[in-house]
Amino acid sequence: MITEHFPALQIVIPLIAAPLCILLRWRNVPFGIALVATWSAFIISCLLLGQVMDQGIISYELGGWAAPWGIEYRIDAANAMVLLIVSGIGSVVVPYTRNSMLLEYIHERHYMFYSAYLLCLTGLMGVAITGDAFNLFVFLEISSLSSYVLISLGFDRRALTAAYQYLVLGTIGATFIVIGIGLLYHATGSLNMLDISQRLEINGYDRTVVAAFAFITVGTLLKLALFPLHLWLPDAYTYAPSSVSAFLAATATKVAVYVLLRFFFTIFGAEFSFETLPSGPPLMALAIIAMFTGSFVAIFQENIKRMLAYSSVAQIGYMILGVSLVTVNGVAATVLHLFNHALIKGGLFLAMGCIYFRISSHHIDNFAGLGRRMPLTMAAFVVGGLSLIGVPLTAGFISKWQFVLAALDRDLWWVAALLMMSSLLAVVYVWRVVEQAYFRSPPAGSEAVTEAPTSLLIPTWVLVGANIYFGIETELPLTVSRMAARALLGTQ
Amino acid sequence: MNDYLVLRVVTKLLMPFILLFALYVQFHGDFGPGGGFQAGVIFASGFILYALIFGVENAESILPDGILRSGMAGGVLLYAGVGIVSLLMGGNFLDYSVLQHDPVHGQHLGISVIEFGVGTTVACVMITVFYTFARWKG
Repeated sequence: MITEHFPALQIVIPLIAAPLCILLRWRNVPFGIALVATWSAFIISCLLLGQVMDQGIISYELGGWAAPWGIEYRIDAANAMVLLIVSGIGSVVVPYTRNSMLLEYIHERHYMFYSAYLLCLTGLMGVAITGDAFNLFVFLEISSLSSYVLISLGFDRRALTAAYQYLVLGTIGATFIVIGIGLLYHATGSLNMLDISQRLEINGYDRTVVAAFAFITVGTLLKLALFPLHLWLPDAYTYAPSSVSAFLAATATKVAVYVLLRFFFTIFGAEFSFETLPSGPPLMALAIIAMFTGSFVAIFQENIKRMLAYSSVAQIGYMILGVSLVTVNGVAATVLHLFNHALIKGGLFLAMGCIYFRISSHHIDNFAGLGRRMPLTMAAFVVGGLSLIGVPLTAGFISKWQFVLAALDRDLWWVAALLMMSSLLAVVYVWRVVEQAYFRSPPAGSEAVTEAPTSLLIPTWVLVGANIYFGIETELPLTVSRMAARALLGTQ
Repeated sequence: MNDYLVLRVVTKLLMPFILLFALYVQFHGDFGPGGGFQAGVIFASGFILYALIFGVENAESILPDGILRSGMAGGVLLYAGVGIVSLLMGGNFLDYSVLQHDPVHGQHLGISVIEFGVGTTVACVMITVFYTFARWKG
């Protein structure tokens, strides 16, 4: 009955809620609509994941048109995992937006914020759920356009230039992706992902397909901000409002990584992507450079939010490293890290928002003595930081461990060693904040600072707590990520 | 713009035809070339012409921001609403065949209604974009 329509409802509920926010724009109604829509999307994504784990792939034909002609939503473990990440973070962040100063800052236009937020969520989930290459591009544009709006809402005027920069680079990325999809359509005459991959195997991979592969790879790498295409990311995350930074950092780049996985493994096939074309070594090299430059630059940032943004560049390096290993273990580690890193960065950016709420600054000098004045917030930051480093009993440890195991599986000892070394760099930049907050006394004559409001602390601690929970209870994410990797690589 | 009598008279003469043509493109979209997007743009161009000749203030008194904003959202809602109705009537999302007893009539009705939603949203967005730039004092 209703369960068979879950794939459509997953997208349609936030899609309908977005215009409703504009039509019913009185007082708290848009907030209520956003809350109901995001949480129902989250519940549906949990149920979908359950269905996929029990019954395998779910296929849904939109408009009743059969698969290669109509648009098909096709959900395997990989999509279901990404849907869960996006809708989970999306629903935890909504209650946080209520009190985070953002709504006062944009005055009576807050209903537009919720509308853009829901559209962004729709787009990101749409990218993840669809089995149609062109539909993927459409949803990618929906999410990108609304995320430019969300970023430009930042308190700092520089948010506007950051959003504009992201707009220019994001549009280039999306254009490359649509050129690639166009070339694929020319080569195969189909837009359905599964159909494209089957036709490619029959027709062979000619030069058009190679060009399509190049365009799609570069476009997607720009979207997911792999070094050296990461230049839009630090500004965008730094100047966006905290709740938006948390939402986008935890979801947008993850969805782009998913797009890369989908194109590499499902559409082009691992054999073409990694054997016919040697994309493994360059990806691995860029991933390792990203891991180190991202972490190095993060160490020298005075602005802590910017530090977290650069740390994201490094973490994306890990994810791409997992892809470049081209093994079930490597891809499983990537998918697992999508999940764990969403929890880590979501929690850390929300903690930054709590701090900004009280001290109106992201500068490290103003963090002096915060450990005593905002104990719960700083504790959340520390736990998130430990998870970012990869300390045992946190979620971050599990994914780092999986990356190391995957590298050792391929006998790449030096890669495993580099992974550990770059984790040490994370210790340095997290420690800087800890030292400032716990071992310095606040400057004399500074204003008294109290703990952040409970309405902000609860969402922060939900994400931070999830880091600990999934660091101990590893069964679910490990099983699902393994299933996802097998689905992507097409092995049983 | 009070001096340009010819422009004013010609605009007044053209307006009904532009709007009528927009509606023709809108509702004839399933038989011939056209559809919601084109119709919306043509409809909006009528208002933009009016605003160019008689001023943005006069155009606003006919189509104020509130209506445009509701129109933008309402069009999307109409589109998605058709999908929900088809869900409730037992089909897949946006499966128009179930909307009426005869699948052909159902498809006909469904595509007409969603194209009307597209047209409404496009027209309102185009006019809003024009208003925004026209009011902008840089």
